[in-house]
Amino acid sequence: MQRVKISLLIVLLSLATSLVAEDTISIGFTVSKTGALNVDSLEQYRGFELWRDQTNAAGGIKAGGKSYKINLVSYDDESNSKRVQQLYTRMILQDKADFLFSPYSSSLTATAAVVTEQYGKIMLTTGAAEEKTYKLGNHFLYQMFAPATQYLTAAVDALKTKDPKATIAFVYEDASFSNAVVTPAKPYAQQQGFNVVFSEAYAPNTTDFSAIIDKVISSKATVLLGGGHYADGSTLARQLEGHKVPLKMVTLLVAPDSPQWTELGDAGVGVIVPSQWEPQTSFTVQYGPKGADFAKAYTARYGTPPSYESAGGYACGLVLQRAIEQAGATDTAKVSAALNATDITTFYGKTKFATDPGSHGLQVGHAMVLAQWQKDKSGKLTKEVVWPLAAKSANLKYPMR
Amino acid sequence: MIDGLLVGAVYGLAAMGLSLIWGVMDVINLTHGAMIALGMFGMYLLFNLTALNPYLLLLPLIAIGLLLGILVYWLAVHWVVGRAQLMSLLSTFSVNMIVIGIGTAIWSTSPYNVNFTLKGITVGDYTFTGNHIAAAISALIIALALELFLYRTRPGKAIRAVADNRDAAELMGISSTAVLAIAFGIGIALAVGSGALVSTLFPFTILSGAVYQLKSFVVTVLAGLGKPLGALGAGVALGLLEGLVTPFIAVSWIPLIEFGLFVVVLILFPRGIFARATA
Repeated sequence: MQRVKISLLIVLLSLATSLVAEDTISIGFTVSKTGALNVDSLEQYRGFELWRDQTNAAGGIKAGGKSYKINLVSYDDESNSKRVQQLYTRMILQDKADFLFSPYSSSLTATAAVVTEQYGKIMLTTGAAEEKTYKLGNHFLYQMFAPATQYLTAAVDALKTKDPKATIAFVYEDASFSNAVVTPAKPYAQQQGFNVVFSEAYAPNTTDFSAIIDKVISSKATVLLGGGHYADGSTLARQLEGHKVPLKMVTLLVAPDSPQWTELGDAGVGVIVPSQWEPQTSFTVQYGPKGADFAKAYTARYGTPPSYESAGGYACGLVLQRAIEQAGATDTAKVSAALNATDITTFYGKTKFATDPGSHGLQVGHAMVLAQWQKDKSGKLTKEVVWPLAAKSANLKYPMR
Repeated sequence: MIDGLLVGAVYGLAAMGLSLIWGVMDVINLTHGAMIALGMFGMYLLFNLTALNPYLLLLPLIAIGLLLGILVYWLAVHWVVGRAQLMSLLSTFSVNMIVIGIGTAIWSTSPYNVNFTLKGITVGDYTFTGNHIAAAISALIIALALELFLYRTRPGKAIRAVADNRDAAELMGISSTAVLAIAFGIGIALAVGSGALVSTLFPFTILSGAVYQLKSFVVTVLAGLGKPLGALGAGVALGLLEGLVTPFIAVSWIPLIEFGLFVVVLILFPRGIFARATA
């Protein structure tokens, strides 16, 4: 009788513990809760958070006959790379994270990559477009953002379908991001048969573009590509309008993606921005939610529409989830093999990683979309996706006005 | 090039205030940049409150600038006039930092804009924006008004007298303190006015005044101290130089050329290009 009671107790206890102790997958990353990168980093974090909650509500990640709950481990990196180095080491050694996501921004991601490669852990990066990180020889890095070189090459491709004889002017901020974008775009435009008639970088805090604009006018350019960030991009657009420069297309980095762009009124109409993702993109989804469903869930939870940083965060989770499911396991070697083999279209677009050792993990499937500000029938300014054609929500307006 | 002329008129207006204060009381006003920035924000606030034409709003803004200048004079400048130059530099520099500190706390460093556009004039391929033309005309009108004040009115005469020889002026019964206060007030009013005009042309933050302060120094040195119309002329010349040089070289070299010119003029014409020899 005693033995029966004890064995019953043991069986009951083990049943209880097996119900309580779920299998979990720990994913570590840092968020810039303070510091200059705060706003964009928070948007990226919300993408991770929404993915975790939706996936856990649906039962978690299913692999090898088991269901794993996602556990996100995060710390504040203060927008500082020293903290990134310390915290990623901590998450790997002490918190025993199974996988890592990157911080926000190319520079912080480059620092995190050194640590994760040192310990042989998989890291999916988002919010980081710089390519150099993947060219230093790595085994376990996977980039979700389309690389910096693509920002303007997409604009050149779109232009070719409308006006192969256009003359191009590059007017851009003399800063590392815009330089990384324009440097490959120039020869690409020339290879595609375009005549680059003018190219000049302006100092980062420039507010008076009249001299450069006059040079653009005398170069007889019909297309302007460049910009940098919000302040200079919006001012350049305003002054181009004020000087009535006869341009048929204007593509500026970053600035037109902001909801504040509508302040420019007519000066902002027709301007194009290269974007990693827009809510209207309508890819044929092979895995995960549709774009509209993602946007709706995000807006319902956070009160604002998702930016492409949030989309990148959510997609990061989706791609990792799928790789774990495909691998049927959570160990690094199997999941890494599954990530290398990934070639899938989610609401975010196509995701495929380079697998050659010289550029392992570089994103080679995801294309930038181009969004253009257009006036709808009631005269309201809205941002429409105009490129690639497979994902467009409206036609590219060329000439822009 | 014409754009350069137009912007130059605004540089000249900005410099006039600096030049006047420097010439009258031998004080290098390091609050100049901060006052220009306050002019920018003043226009922004008034324009968004009243939605009136910014060029009309210039008048109340200049009046406010005058009062502000007199206030700053009594708080920071009165006590250091006539003493070692370093003291007035320190004093005005402190006021500068205070204004910038408060401004940053209220408005942070995101750029602001005054969203008002006048139709421009198009000649061939080139369009001159209406705002630039209006700013230049406003600057001219203000400069002429100042010249009239200084040379055709009694207070103006008093200011010129104190600038020439403070002790002699006091002997003549002119209250030099009142004169200095008003002169400083006018100098600040001019800075505020030029800031207000610039706000209609370019985006700005509380730190934007610094660029115009530097250009004002260059213009003041080119023109000689205490000569307002000379400052306007030198400002236009500087703007013209910018306009002429930029088609040939990258825009980022302009500050180098301007300051190179500054050094050359200091060496060759210590009193300024427009200064007349004084007895």
